[in-house]
Order: sequence, then C-alpha cells, then structure tokens
Amino acid sequence: MRHLLAIGDLKRSDIERIMERAEGFAEVGRRDIKKVPTLRGRTIVNLFYESSTRTSSSFELAAKRLSADVVSVKAAGSSVDKGESLKDTIATLGAYGPEAIVIRSPHAGAADLVARWSHAAVINAGDGKHEHPSQALLDVYTLRRRLGSLERKRIWIVGDVLHSRVARSNVLAFRMMGANVTVCGPPTLIPRGVAEALDCRVAYELDGLDEADVVYALRMQRERMRESFVPSIREYAARYQIDSRRLSPRQLLMHPGPVNRGVELSGEVIDGPNSLITEQVESGLVVRMAILYELLTGGRPRPDERSGDSDDVADPTPIKEPA
Amino acid sequence: MSPTRAISSLDWRGAGGRGGELVLARAGVLDPRAGIDGTYDVVIRDGEIAALADPGTAEGSGEVIDAEGKRVFPAFFDPHVHLREPGDEDEEDVETGTRAAAAGGYCGLLAMANTSPPVDSASDILALRERASEDGSVPAGFLGCVTRGLKGRELTEMVDLRDAGAVGFSDDGLPIANARLMRRALQYQRLVDANIALHEEDHDLSRPAGAHAPHLGGVMHEGAVSAALGLAGVPSVAESTMIARDAALAAYEDARIHVQHLSAQESVEAVATAKEAGVRITCEATPHHLALTDEEVRSLDSRFKMNPPLRSEHDRQALIEGLRSGVIDCIATDHAPHAAEEKEVPFEEAAMGVTGLETAVAVLHTELVLSGVLELGLVVERMSGGAAPFGFEPPSLAVGSEASAVLFDPDAEWEAGADGWESRSENSCFAGRKLRGRVLMTVVAGQVVYRQRSFAMGVA
Repeated sequence: MRHLLAIGDLKRSDIERIMERAEGFAEVGRRDIKKVPTLRGRTIVNLFYESSTRTSSSFELAAKRLSADVVSVKAAGSSVDKGESLKDTIATLGAYGPEAIVIRSPHAGAADLVARWSHAAVINAGDGKHEHPSQALLDVYTLRRRLGSLERKRIWIVGDVLHSRVARSNVLAFRMMGANVTVCGPPTLIPRGVAEALDCRVAYELDGLDEADVVYALRMQRERMRESFVPSIREYAARYQIDSRRLSPRQLLMHPGPVNRGVELSGEVIDGPNSLITEQVESGLVVRMAILYELLTGGRPRPDERSGDSDDVADPTPIKEPA
Repeated sequence: MSPTRAISSLDWRGAGGRGGELVLARAGVLDPRAGIDGTYDVVIRDGEIAALADPGTAEGSGEVIDAEGKRVFPAFFDPHVHLREPGDEDEEDVETGTRAAAAGGYCGLLAMANTSPPVDSASDILALRERASEDGSVPAGFLGCVTRGLKGRELTEMVDLRDAGAVGFSDDGLPIANARLMRRALQYQRLVDANIALHEEDHDLSRPAGAHAPHLGGVMHEGAVSAALGLAGVPSVAESTMIARDAALAAYEDARIHVQHLSAQESVEAVATAKEAGVRITCEATPHHLALTDEEVRSLDSRFKMNPPLRSEHDRQALIEGLRSGVIDCIATDHAPHAAEEKEVPFEEAAMGVTGLETAVAVLHTELVLSGVLELGLVVERMSGGAAPFGFEPPSLAVGSEASAVLFDPDAEWEAGADGWESRSENSCFAGRKLRGRVLMTVVAGQVVYRQRSFAMGVA
C-alpha cells in the first residue's frame, strides 16, 4: 500500500494485515512508556481543512507514539485562510520533505490530488462526503475484537447516509469483511442508487432493526432541518433515534462521534453496556499507528530498525530514555 | 421567420474574400443533405463548389490535393461556443476560439453571451463583431443575453441588440428560472425574429441543499456513481421539467426555442413530445454526452466536470437514439475553456465545462461511427445541423454552393492534445485519448482557414 485514499482501493487481505498490526500496537499502549522508535526521524504532516477533534488528535498521537516528527496545520489562521490553493499548499509543505500527509478536506477527491502532487504517502482523513477510510478500519477493528469475525453479521447504519463519508467507507469495509449491511434513514437522506453503488440493503423505517447484531448510528446535523431534508429534529428523533426501547441487550451500538445527545442517540444508550463508542476512540489510536506503519515501512521495519531477528513491530525495541 | 442567410455573412477575417482555386482530387465526398455520396474531384473556384468532376479528370490552375482515401464533408457549424471575450481572455478569446473552430472543421460558430461582463447591450455586440472581423478565423455570430446581466430579472433591449447584429439570445450558463419572464421573452421574440437558446436547469432541483448551502450544489449526475462518491447529484429531472415548461410556454406563445446540451433520457422524451405536438423546438447534444458517462467521474478528475453533467449509460443511449431519430437536430460542443487553476482543485470546487471544438468530429467518428452505432452520414449532417435553427443556411457541397468544406482523413490515428491545442485552454475531457479520424483542412467560402500541421508539411 502506497496511500490510504479509499476503502474501495483495499483488498480484504490489506485490511486483515492492518488489523493484525493494530493488535500488536495495542500492547504498546499498555506499557509504561507508550512509544516505539519505528518512525524516528520521519516527518508527518497533518493538514486539516475542517475542524476535527478526535481524528486529528488520534493521528497526531499515533505518529508521536511511533516517534515521528509531526507538523499539524489547521486551515483557520493558516495560508489556506489567505486563499492559497491546495496545490500551492502541498508544494510549500513538500519543502519539509514529509514522508506522510494526513489530509482532511471538505471536498471529495482532495486526498487523491495530494497523492498526485506530492511524493509523500497520503492518508485520507475524510474528503467531503466521500470517504473516511481510517474510521472504517477502526470500526472493523473494534467489531472484530468483540465479535471475532464480521462474517454474516448484520449491521444497520442508521441516519443521514446522504451526507456521511463514514457511512460510505463503513458499508464498503463491512461488506468486504463479509457482513450484511442495511442503511436506514428518512428517504430524503438516503442517496438515490445507494443499494447498487455500495451493495447494501435500504430501509426507511426501523421496523426490522431487531435483526441487527450491530447498530451504527450516524451524526444528525441540525442544518438538515433548515435545508428541509427533515421537517424537524423532533420528528427525526421520534422516528430514528436509537434508545433503550429500540436497542436490545444483545445488540452492539456504535457511533463515529461527536454525538448529538438526544437526537440520534438517547443518553442512556450512549453510556449503556451495549455502547462501543469509547472503545472506538481507543481503537482509533492503534489502527492509525498501524496505518502509518503500513504506509511508511511498507509493512516491514527498515533494516536499521530491526530488533534482532524479529520482523514484528509489535515487539520493537522500547525506547530506553523517556522522551 | 426571415429567409436564411449565409454563414459566411457573419463577421470574420475572410469576409468578402473568395480564395484561390483548389482541387481536392479523388475524394470520397459525402453530403447527405444534398444527396451526394461518391468519389469526385472537388473543384473549388471563386469561393464556390465549381464542379464535382469524375475522379482524376479535373485540372486546376491552383493547388491540387490528392485526397484519395480521404473524405470531404460540408464544414461544420457549432451553435454553442464560449469564446470568453470579454473578461476571460486568459482562457480564450475571439482569435484563439475561432482558430480552434477552424482546426475542428467548423465554418462558423455562435458565441454565448455569459462573458464578464455579459453581452447585454448593443455596444457589446458591436465590439465583438469588430473583433471577429479582425481576428476571426471562421465566421462568428454573437448571441445577446435574454435578461440584463444574466440576472433573470428583466429583459435586455432585444430589438436594439438584434439591430446591432445579435443573431440570437441566450442566458446560457443559467436557466431563466422565472416562468413569467420566460413567457415575456417568448412574446417579445415576435419583434426580433431570432431564436432563444435555453440552458434548462431547475436550480431548486440541481442544488439539493437550497440557498442555505449553495456550495452543496449538484456537481455530477445523480445516480449510483454519485451515491458511491458522496457527491451532490443533479437529477435528470432538473433538466427535463424545465424543457417541458418552456415547450408549453413556446406552444402557447407560438414562439421558437432551441434547447441546449440535452443530457438525459427524460429530456429527449420531453423534446420528442413537444415536437410531436407541433411546438417549434430544436435541440442539440454534445460529443461528450454522446461518448461518455458518469462512470468517468469515479476518477474524480475535474476534466469530467461540466454542466449538464455526464449521465448514465441509458441516458447516453437515449441521446444516440434521439440523434438517429431526428429528435436531436444537431451536435454542439458547448466548448467551455477554463484556466488550469480553475481545474487543478478538488472536483467539487472545479469550474464546470470542457473544451470541444478540436475533438468533436474525431470523437464521434471514433466512438460512434467506427463502432457501428451511427452512420457517418448522419453524424456529418448533424455536425452542421445547428445552422438552421438560428436562420443560417447549412453548408452544401452541391455545385454552385458556397464552398465550405472539411477534408477529413478517416484513418489517421492521433492522441488528443499530444500536439497541443489551438484553443488557449486545455480542459478537454478527451485529452490523452487515442482518436481515429482527423481534420486535415478546413475551407470557408473558398478560403483555406486551417491545415493540419503534418498534412500541410506533407503537401508542401
């Protein structure tokens, strides 16, 4: 793998390799000094054109745990604010010789362009409404830890599918791992042609939710009401909110965050025993470490970084001095 | 409707000239409109087709070109071109745009009025006509706006514009959203006797988030591909419902309309229904809508972004069928040059539009004729079918006609854009594509306005 641009570019074996690598990194997180030297001396640029708390902090911490040098650029207050084009920004940042660029953009295909314009490995941290592949990978990881395999599991993705890059990446990833996926939401928020495009089922009501092993709720933004996609948030919540009445004890609950409490999820299920929401954030860190490792080492440590005969970073030499 | 006028009477550098004597020997001559299909020596003299002589018999005092194995067609007419002058001369101007047209085999074009500022006064028309008469490689006609400043609020001084030389009216780039204003324009058409060309798009449907989020406006065809990419879609009905509205208004006012760049199956149906009901309606389709589908957009390559968008395969098939049945009267390129920096951005941010003059006939020949989908004669006929709706006499190869012709090599293989472009812009959705069939020479009213470079060297 040279870049991580879209789930559609991956094979199942790619996903499985990243999952295994992430499991190795989970062990690092349990150490006193949660840091390995794998990417020492390498520069990673985080370029975020949209506000983001968990994705940007997760990538930043993942890079730091691998001992990379990280530069984080946020659009607000940067030259981007002053009208610099993406192409020019990439050329400028290219002067630092980054080995990887993590980009979040409001526009589909932005990461593909960066990959074309730069020598760095590019990670799509969300491009418009298109894809958010690292989210899908961390969600697969989270579910595998709970369920072992996703094979033939039934997953319902509920909410604003039309405007959700998470929905697109996750349907593709869940399908690739053998799950059956249903997307569910008001007809105004289900894209025309989605069943054909993503090979999933479509439901407009929660009636059949009982069958689901996993309920994945999407964020519902309040501006959808102004844009007349839904008549009111109240009516949306009444029809589509996942609450303790609709969620059975055997069903797992996921959400990409940030949650609108009382809109797509009721407070009691967010904090309830079915909820994997906090686990998703934990998974995000190790899966992003695995993604950086995969792209920057080609899945293999550099010769000078090998520890003994081991080919496995899950057991790299720990750093001797605290950083 | 007034009698038709000659395309060469439009403004261009060669106006009034007649050219030297030229013989295209042993050429495969094809002019379906005139019922000509055979091998002849085409003799061009005094600006006219002087003779279609038996092959190898013509003797001329001027240049004789061995055209064996080559084809001669009536030159093409493009009713839909953006010359970008005034205001965006970094992208195109009258000189480069008409040069691109000459290279594409065109003997005339109509330029749209959505320049900056828009062409909405008589003085704008006069200035452009002067430019064309100085630097136009081929005759160019200029349309005036239907509404002042393209704002869709009040009519332009259409009579004044017509008197200054506007050959038609269009707010192309934008629909005339307001039905009352559309009706007024059609009523007023009686005074100007000029066609109104319509960009049919209901913004309420093509901009799904409405005015609250104009940046979420549709950027591609709504369907499975847009669902996969998460791009906001423009549904086919955004076009067809407007066509149906305007056809009904045209029928009611006994007016004449020309629908631009049909893209969807529903639109072909809407025009067919109107034609059957006797509405005075004509329409066009572009080479890119006839050759490509929304599958191209999966690459998120901004060269495949235009308005209306590339649609599904079944829409493309409907356009081809419409061309075959005659519902679609003509092929127009909607040649829309853009600066590189307007396209070197993410797909959603990129400007809409593609160039097309220099590739049109080669694309249709490669994709539709050689694949056996359409007859060559039909394509040739529709390539100049855009003249009649605007009151121009289509070029003819019949003896005695004004000599506007294309010399075409059906076997030439070339890569679009590999030798550069005559246009100032490079945003062709066919760039890099291997094409078969190439314009070698374009003649307008007896004057050679273009010679393909390698061909020109070959005969030197």
